[in-house]
Amino acid sequence: MNALPAEQRAETSMTGVDSPSPVVRVSVSNLTKRFDRRNVLRSINLELYSGERVVLLGSNGAGKTTLLRILATLSRPTSGVVRINGLALQQSPQEVRRHVGVVAHQPYLYDDLTAGENLHFFARMYDVPDELHRTAEVLELVGLGARTKDRVRTFSRGMQQRLAIARAILHRPQLLLLDEPDTGLDREGMHVLERILEHHVASGGTALMTTHDLRFGLTSGDRVLLLEFGRLTLDAPARELVEEELDARLSRR
Amino acid sequence: MKRAVGQISILIWKDLLTEVRTKDLFGGMFVFAVLTIVTFNFAFDLTGVNRAPSGSGALWVAFNFAGMLGLGRSIALERDRGSLDGLLLCPVDRGTIYLGKFVGNFLFITLVEVISVPIFAALFNINVFQLSLLLVLLLGTVGFAAVGTLLAVMAASTRSREVMLPVLMFPILLPVVIATVRATTLILTGQTADLGPWLNLLGAYDLLFLLIAYVVFERVVEE
Repeated sequence: MNALPAEQRAETSMTGVDSPSPVVRVSVSNLTKRFDRRNVLRSINLELYSGERVVLLGSNGAGKTTLLRILATLSRPTSGVVRINGLALQQSPQEVRRHVGVVAHQPYLYDDLTAGENLHFFARMYDVPDELHRTAEVLELVGLGARTKDRVRTFSRGMQQRLAIARAILHRPQLLLLDEPDTGLDREGMHVLERILEHHVASGGTALMTTHDLRFGLTSGDRVLLLEFGRLTLDAPARELVEEELDARLSRR
Repeated sequence: MKRAVGQISILIWKDLLTEVRTKDLFGGMFVFAVLTIVTFNFAFDLTGVNRAPSGSGALWVAFNFAGMLGLGRSIALERDRGSLDGLLLCPVDRGTIYLGKFVGNFLFITLVEVISVPIFAALFNINVFQLSLLLVLLLGTVGFAAVGTLLAVMAASTRSREVMLPVLMFPILLPVVIATVRATTLILTGQTADLGPWLNLLGAYDLLFLLIAYVVFERVVEE
C-alpha cells in the first residue's frame, strides 16, 4: 500500500484551489460488500477531500462500479460506515443524494423526452432553484444548447453522455461520481468534461472517477486509487505515478 | 406534503408525455382489451340469464390481462434504460416514487377502460352507465394498479419478468378478481342491494395494499 498520511495527501492533491483547509467530503471506513458468497469490496478505508479529483483504477470486476454505487446510495454496504459531507449514508440517504451527482454506464435519461424536458424533470425532482435558467446553463455548458428541443432518441452515444453529465451537475452536487465518463465522448466532449471537472473542483467540489484510459486518468486526476480484487492497494498523487508501471500492474491479474 | 405532490405530478407528467409520444403502453393494452371483449362476445351465448355473468367475466378478463401487459411494459421501460436508477438517485422518498408510478399506471388502465367499456356495452347490449359500476371499476383498478406497480418492479429485476409478473400477481390479486367479477355481475343483473360486502372488500383491499406497497417499495427497488 503506497499511501500518504491523510493530512499530507489533502495538501498535495489540491488543484490550486483557494481552499486552505480542505473538508472531508467522503469518509469510508471498513467498507465491505458481498454478493452471495463473493466479496466484492474488502475493508475499504478512504477519505476524499473538497477540491480533489480522484481517479479510481482497476481491472474489470475489481469493484470500482460497486464502490461508486454504494457512494451513490444505489447499493447498501454489507458492513462498514460511509459518510458524505458528514452524513451517514445508511441513516440519511435522502439527504446524501442532494450532495451527489452521478454519471454511470447508462445515461439515466428518457429517450422520448427532449434534452430540455429530461433536465426539467430532474430539476423538479431535485428541487433546483431557478430551474429554467439552470437547465439552459448546463445545456450550454455541455454544448447542447442548440439541441434543447430534440429528443434524446435522436442523440449519438457521445451526445447522450454529455446530457448525462449535464443531468449529474444540474443540482450543483458537491460530490461527482463518474463511472467511465469518457465513454463515447469525442475530442470536443472530452474538453467539455475536463472543463466541467476543473470548474467543479475549483469551486470546492470533489470528483471520483473511474476510467480504463490510464493516460486520461493520470492527466486528469490529482490522486489515484487502485482497486485490486476488492482491496484498495494504492492511494497516491497522480504525478508520482509512472504510466507504464501502473499499466503493468493493471494487466497482471 | 406539497413537495411530494409536486414530485408525484412531475413523475406522472413524464410518464404521460412519454406515452403520448410512443403509444407503447396504450396501443397494446387497448387492442388486447377490445380483442378479448370481441372474442368473448362471439364465444358466449348472450341470450337470457347468461348475458350478465358472461359479460362481467369478459370485462374483467380483458382489463386484468391488458393491465398486466401495460404494467410489465411500464416498469420494463424504466429498468431497461437504467432510468429507474436515475429516479432512485433523486432525493425523493421511495414511497413517493411508488405513488407516482402507481398513479401513472392507474391512469393508463383507466383510459383503456373508458374507451373499452362503451364498446363492451354495445357488443353485449348491456347498460353499463351506472354509478355503482363506475365505483367497482374504480376500486378494482386502484387495487390492480396498487399491487401491480409493486410486483412489476419486483418482476422487472428477474430474468423471466414476462412470466414472473402474472405468477406473482394472480395469487395476491385473487380477492380483487373475485370481488370485481361478483360485484359487476350483481350490478348487471340489477341486484345492487347485495353489493355492500364486495365494495367493502375492494375498499379495504385497496387501502391495505396501497399502504403495504408504499412502505415496502424501498426494499423492493434495492438490489
